[in-house]
Amino acid sequence: MVEARSLSALGSRALLYAILIAFAAFYLTPLIVVILNSFRSFQEITQTSVLGFPQQFRFDNWAQAWGSYCIAGICSGIKPYMWNSLMIAIPATLISTLLGAMNGYLLSLWRFKGANLIFGIITFGVFLPAQMKLVPWAITLRNLDLSNTVTGLILIHVVQGMSFTTLFCRNYYVNVPQDLIKAAKVDGAGFLQIFRRIILPLSPPILIVTVIWQFTGIWNEFLYGITFSEGSARPVTAALMALSANIAQAREYGIESASVLIAALPTLLVYLFGGKYFVRGLTAGAVK
Amino acid sequence: MSALSVEGLRVRFGSVEVLKSVDLAIESGEFIVLVGPSGCGKSTLLNVIAGLEQATEGRIEIGGREVTGVPPKDRDIAMVFQTYALYPAMTVRGNITFGMECRGVAKAEQQAAVARVAKLLQIEHLLDRRPAQLSGGQRQRVAMGRALVRDPVLFLFDEPLSNLDAKLRVEMRMEIKRLHQRIGTTMVYVTHDQVEAMTLATRIAVMNGGHIQQFADPQTIYDEPANLFVARFMGSPPMNALPAKLVASGSEIAAMVGPDAATAVPLPNATAAMKGWVGREVVLGIRPECITLPDGKQDTRPGPSLPATVEMIEPTGAETMALIRVGQSEVMARMRPDARPAVGSTASFAIDTAKACLFDPKTESRIA
Amino acid sequence: MSETAITMPGQARPARPVPRRSWLSEIPDLLTRIVAGVIATAAVGYVVGFTLWTVLISFTDSTLLPEYNFVGFKHYWQLLNSRIWQVAYLNLTIYGLGFILGATGVGLLLAILIDQKIRGENVLRTIYLYPMALSFVVTGTVWAWLLNPTIGVEQFVRGLGWTQFKFGWLVDRDLAIYCVVIAAIWQASGFAMALFLAGLRSLDGDLYKAAAIDGASPARMYLRIMVPAIWPIVVSVLVILLQTAIKTYDLVRALTAGGPGIATTLPTNVVYDYMFQRGLMGAGSAAAVMLLLSLLIVLLPYAIFQRLRRGKGGGHG
Repeated sequence: MVEARSLSALGSRALLYAILIAFAAFYLTPLIVVILNSFRSFQEITQTSVLGFPQQFRFDNWAQAWGSYCIAGICSGIKPYMWNSLMIAIPATLISTLLGAMNGYLLSLWRFKGANLIFGIITFGVFLPAQMKLVPWAITLRNLDLSNTVTGLILIHVVQGMSFTTLFCRNYYVNVPQDLIKAAKVDGAGFLQIFRRIILPLSPPILIVTVIWQFTGIWNEFLYGITFSEGSARPVTAALMALSANIAQAREYGIESASVLIAALPTLLVYLFGGKYFVRGLTAGAVK
Repeated sequence: MSALSVEGLRVRFGSVEVLKSVDLAIESGEFIVLVGPSGCGKSTLLNVIAGLEQATEGRIEIGGREVTGVPPKDRDIAMVFQTYALYPAMTVRGNITFGMECRGVAKAEQQAAVARVAKLLQIEHLLDRRPAQLSGGQRQRVAMGRALVRDPVLFLFDEPLSNLDAKLRVEMRMEIKRLHQRIGTTMVYVTHDQVEAMTLATRIAVMNGGHIQQFADPQTIYDEPANLFVARFMGSPPMNALPAKLVASGSEIAAMVGPDAATAVPLPNATAAMKGWVGREVVLGIRPECITLPDGKQDTRPGPSLPATVEMIEPTGAETMALIRVGQSEVMARMRPDARPAVGSTASFAIDTAKACLFDPKTESRIA
Repeated sequence: MSETAITMPGQARPARPVPRRSWLSEIPDLLTRIVAGVIATAAVGYVVGFTLWTVLISFTDSTLLPEYNFVGFKHYWQLLNSRIWQVAYLNLTIYGLGFILGATGVGLLLAILIDQKIRGENVLRTIYLYPMALSFVVTGTVWAWLLNPTIGVEQFVRGLGWTQFKFGWLVDRDLAIYCVVIAAIWQASGFAMALFLAGLRSLDGDLYKAAAIDGASPARMYLRIMVPAIWPIVVSVLVILLQTAIKTYDLVRALTAGGPGIATTLPTNVVYDYMFQRGLMGAGSAAAVMLLLSLLIVLLPYAIFQRLRRGKGGGHG
């Protein structure tokens, strides 16, 4: 009896792990496929399929993807687009996070009439589909003479990102005791002084989460990128799309794989090293 | 000289009136406790005095100077908060000097002030720690240090002991009292704990429903509560309130708490006000310690007694409380520690009516 | 300052006069408040202003440039009666249902399995969640290869010897939409798993003990006790996935480009197509507004539900 019981327990335990590992395989397959393909030759892939182990590891896919492969007629590899994405994502992340922290501080700790309404509208901006903003942005960028520039995309992501960063920071600051602000007021500190000396030193946890999410989001963003940039001003997601839309020549799956990996690497690294904060942002943003 | 005066203060949040015409006049060196149940407006009053919330109407003077519209930092006050509100990212020293830093006080002077206050509160060894590394009692001291260093004309305390455990609360209570005796600065202290109010205050303001119900010294509040609310709120267990009917027999006036004459409690010091109520319904208020079980030895005071059924007893060690039934009412009696009347038995309880109060059952105000 | 220890009771000094600071010294503080106000106003103005602007343009006949000649609901009627819009909404329905149910189901299953005190939890969680860090463009591109019959799984299995094996969903008009579903589930189920797991972990440990003492089997314990206990999270996940589904754009563009034909075209693709391929700004804006309305149908009840829940004093922030 006891033995039978422990056997069935063992069986269900085995089943449990079997299911978990099967799902792990499902999630990992695309990644492994891309990694392996990036080392396989053109002939090898086209003669078989994208699923296969390299007959010999070749690195020329990587070199071409990085520096010389032609994307929509420009033969400079993916390097300049990586640079574009970096030039967009870093300033936009930092500025929007700072503005969001400021907004969150204002809306949560200086409760004034209408603060909740303002917060509600800003939060709504998180859900507002990008399609609702494309035409106004197109007109605005044209009027500011920023169409097809990195600066234009930075502006978009700063303004657009503020909804998100305000949501994160405000929900964090709401839990800061109001007494702290009162005490600082009695001590004679002003608006900016309280923010700089008292609130900001409490903020690293939420600022890390916000920066990670903003960076990932902006790096991965595609719609604004494809709409408001062309040619060599494209961010890397738009360049990837142009790469795979290349119908003039036969598909170079090996080079495309290397390009995909290079393009995905920054956010994957952020995820691997900041996973804890990544998950925290997930719950902070979602359960609200 | 007046340290604080509040006149006709009203605070309205939207349609809710939190304070309804509050007046207070406080002399220098007093220790005033604002006490009342949660939502009575005591914390709002304190915040308005500090300038952290705005009054809808009325005027406030601190140290003889009108402060309406003056920001908190220029009111010459210091405040200790319920949550202590220590700046988490600063050391204890930083917490204490932050206010001086904001006002541009010279570094050397700041350090001298810190040293003096730290010595006074015996927190010298904590100066370089952060709030998270302190115990509850230590945080409390630092919060007081931050207030003390301002040397204000008025100290404000917002339930400063309510986050401490019972034992520490008693210790810190004594320490605050000692501090007041030593520095003599005027203090306004908010609490919902009536024991804190009784032990600390030179005068107590009992608040309820946005009004000050009574503003007097602790003994007056205890012995002559202005109304039933004050009578019930102050004292633990609270004053017994028995519905009664006033009857007169000759010059004697008695309160009948039951259906028949056997339940009449004679009231020795009849006043003129009382006589007007003869034949009418009143509420008789008697503190538990005025109802006791005579033991035939010490407690042989001649006086009225009342037969009552014992429903429950609660020995606490220092005394024994009994819940007894008199007529329709349940009444708490406070007895000597070794008294053990049998539950369910009827006994004759001695009543000391010298301090009995009478209340108007409709307005709940005290008649006598 | 030095009076602190020597002032005697009853002798307190009068208040210090308000320091005679010039009003100039208050300017920096005032200025920072104004700046903060302007930033918040800009954030609000952006959301409200751009929304109204698009609504305004949707009532005009704007093409490549905005022209403010109003045509009323013309674009709306034309869109509602157009085949492409109807097909796009049908596609969205199939895709939305498949994706939401699939991602929620997989997420819940994985969360419950991981909750069984297993070994290697951190590694598995990292694996399940990593697709969230990727761009939909990457997801779409790679799944397009895997699902492509001539180069992907079909070819691979044939290479193993089953030469008649067929897996051509991607090029099948009726089945291509399920390819989008698979890729979307792959990307987002880890998110559902993470939220459910956080919910299960936040439950009081005594709940497990009580259920165990009541003799509940593990399956019954989860179905009857744990999952109902985290239902606010379940609702949140459903709503977030639903709004993700409505907003899906890049995935389709990278995976199928809306094809074959228009078999996987979603409303978002139609919007873009009108605005920037055909240069019909007015019609595209009308499509975008209808997209927003679809989203509101989901979000408004959710917002009301959240408000009620909080009003009852339940549920933390």
